[in-house]
Amino acid sequence: MIERNRFLDVLSHVVLMVGVLVVAFPVYVTFVASTHTMQEVVQAPMPLWPGSHAWENYTTALFGDGSGTAPAVGRMMMVSLITALVIALAKISMSLLSAFAIVYFKFPFRMAIFWAIFMTLMLPVEVRIGPTYQVVADLGLLNSYAGLTVPLVASATATFLFRQFFLTIPDELVEAARMDGAGPMRFFKDVLLPLSTSSMAALFVIQFIYGWNQYLWPLLVTTEERMYPVVIGIKRMISGGDAQTEWNIVMATAMLAMIPPALVVILMQKWFVKGLVDTEK
Amino acid sequence: MASIQLKHLIKRYGAGAKTVNVLHGINATIEDGEFIVIVGPSGCGKSTLLRMIAGLEEVSEGDIWIGDRIVNQLEPAQRDIAMVFQNYALYPHMTVFDNMAYGLKIANVAKAEIQARVDKAAGILELGHLLQRKPRELSGGQRQRVAMGRAIVRQPQVFLFDEPLSNLDAKLRAQTRLEIQKLHRELGITSLFVTHDQVEAMTLAQRMMVMNGGVVEQFGTPEEVYNRPATTFVASFMGAPPMNLLLKVPGVPDGLVLGVRPEHMQVLPGPGGSGWSGEVEALEMLGAERLVYVRVGEERLIVRVDESAQPPAIGAHVVVTARADRLHWFNAQTGLRVEQGVNE
Repeated sequence: MIERNRFLDVLSHVVLMVGVLVVAFPVYVTFVASTHTMQEVVQAPMPLWPGSHAWENYTTALFGDGSGTAPAVGRMMMVSLITALVIALAKISMSLLSAFAIVYFKFPFRMAIFWAIFMTLMLPVEVRIGPTYQVVADLGLLNSYAGLTVPLVASATATFLFRQFFLTIPDELVEAARMDGAGPMRFFKDVLLPLSTSSMAALFVIQFIYGWNQYLWPLLVTTEERMYPVVIGIKRMISGGDAQTEWNIVMATAMLAMIPPALVVILMQKWFVKGLVDTEK
Repeated sequence: MASIQLKHLIKRYGAGAKTVNVLHGINATIEDGEFIVIVGPSGCGKSTLLRMIAGLEEVSEGDIWIGDRIVNQLEPAQRDIAMVFQNYALYPHMTVFDNMAYGLKIANVAKAEIQARVDKAAGILELGHLLQRKPRELSGGQRQRVAMGRAIVRQPQVFLFDEPLSNLDAKLRAQTRLEIQKLHRELGITSLFVTHDQVEAMTLAQRMMVMNGGVVEQFGTPEEVYNRPATTFVASFMGAPPMNLLLKVPGVPDGLVLGVRPEHMQVLPGPGGSGWSGEVEALEMLGAERLVYVRVGEERLIVRVDESAQPPAIGAHVVVTARADRLHWFNAQTGLRVEQGVNE
């Protein structure tokens, strides 16, 4: 803002601080709760300063309490990580290839196929979840990484994004590559991929978080504890009925579950922003 | 190096009733080592012709020979040609070196050989200090030189230039024109150069192909084209200001058009004396010379006079004379040049 106005300065800072508080306070409370014993957490009012039990809570959450009653989150984190990585990477490669086909090759029903892909943008996973479950179950993919990831891999959004990006690449560049003797796949590898890196990075961040946060689908296709992703793990720790919920452990797990997506965002922030705003070719 | 032969080349788009003919049967023979400029107004098919030779457009009918092969069905990379694009089409993510080396890498040329060829091209084009830069860090003129370097390193039989100077400013354009000439003298590679700029055409061409509406109007040296235009189109297209084409002035027989270049006419104070009497409508000062716009009857003509000569006043009645040995006659219907049989 060019205008120097004390009132506006203060106002905008107040708005920003309120926003930060709204977002950050629950996270802070989660963190505080994860550092106390269960008794301290459940009493009212809950303490607002970190306690001294962080280490034991987090080790219990990660590796279980030894008695086997609390599930080890370490394994679930691994499942989540693999699932999210596979979904993100497979999504990117698949949509890159489909966008490449749609933009650079002439084949019958090309536009029809594009519109078919485009239409699926409007259908969320939940709409086709019944039939998809049937397919996955019939293929014997329940409780497997394939079952967790494959149905989520096709992405109209990503295909569309790459298509739009490819359309901005000047035809002359394609022709120059032809003159240089680059075949289609060579052109894809040497020219399109390097030019798409920032879009790919942006998509990776979005899709990694999407994959990590999957809840409904893993809930359906996993029935064994060894294949539970961490998001389901959290839910399962909150026991209903009479059993006591160990909120401190739940909160520690929640904190742990937040770390990988946060890391991805922080580490790839530069690329992510560049991919979203970049117009330079 | 190789010659190029175009045999009854036809290009049409679409099919059936919607067919659009872009080229109507082009025939031409380009000798080994010649520098040919294809010039014409926009939409005349000159770029299409070049792109057909490059292999970027399919040939509808006819044959293209490069050397002793018909290349109609060959991929661009197999035709042993190199092209410089209007927007340079450099790979934005590669360094200057990689841009020039890319084609060679694909052709599996040995590393040392690539290095040697790129270094040599960079030397010729004075790009040596820029080899590790990316295209976006270069100025327009430098990008243009990289694009030429990319063509040179391939050591092709034929160079194709698609309006490579149109994105440069006037000064750089003049300079690059000279560089291209020098390059052609040194390498002696058959070159085809497409432009809509007649100055570029005149200065660069050993022979020029003037195109209009998908046909070649004239194919000859710049001198021939300028001094003996084959059609009224060529006469009016080449030269600025264009040749005066006169239909309705005294002394022009029915069915003929008289063409006189502005520099071959004189403006004398009138009225009286032999010549066309008219009235001065406007004056334009160009620096070394002045353009005098004169209305003679229904025709308007432009006369180029020396800057030092005392210009007539606007509205003055003058007499315009033309040099008798520099008159061009054309058939009024066909627009074709008429050589003899004109009695003045």
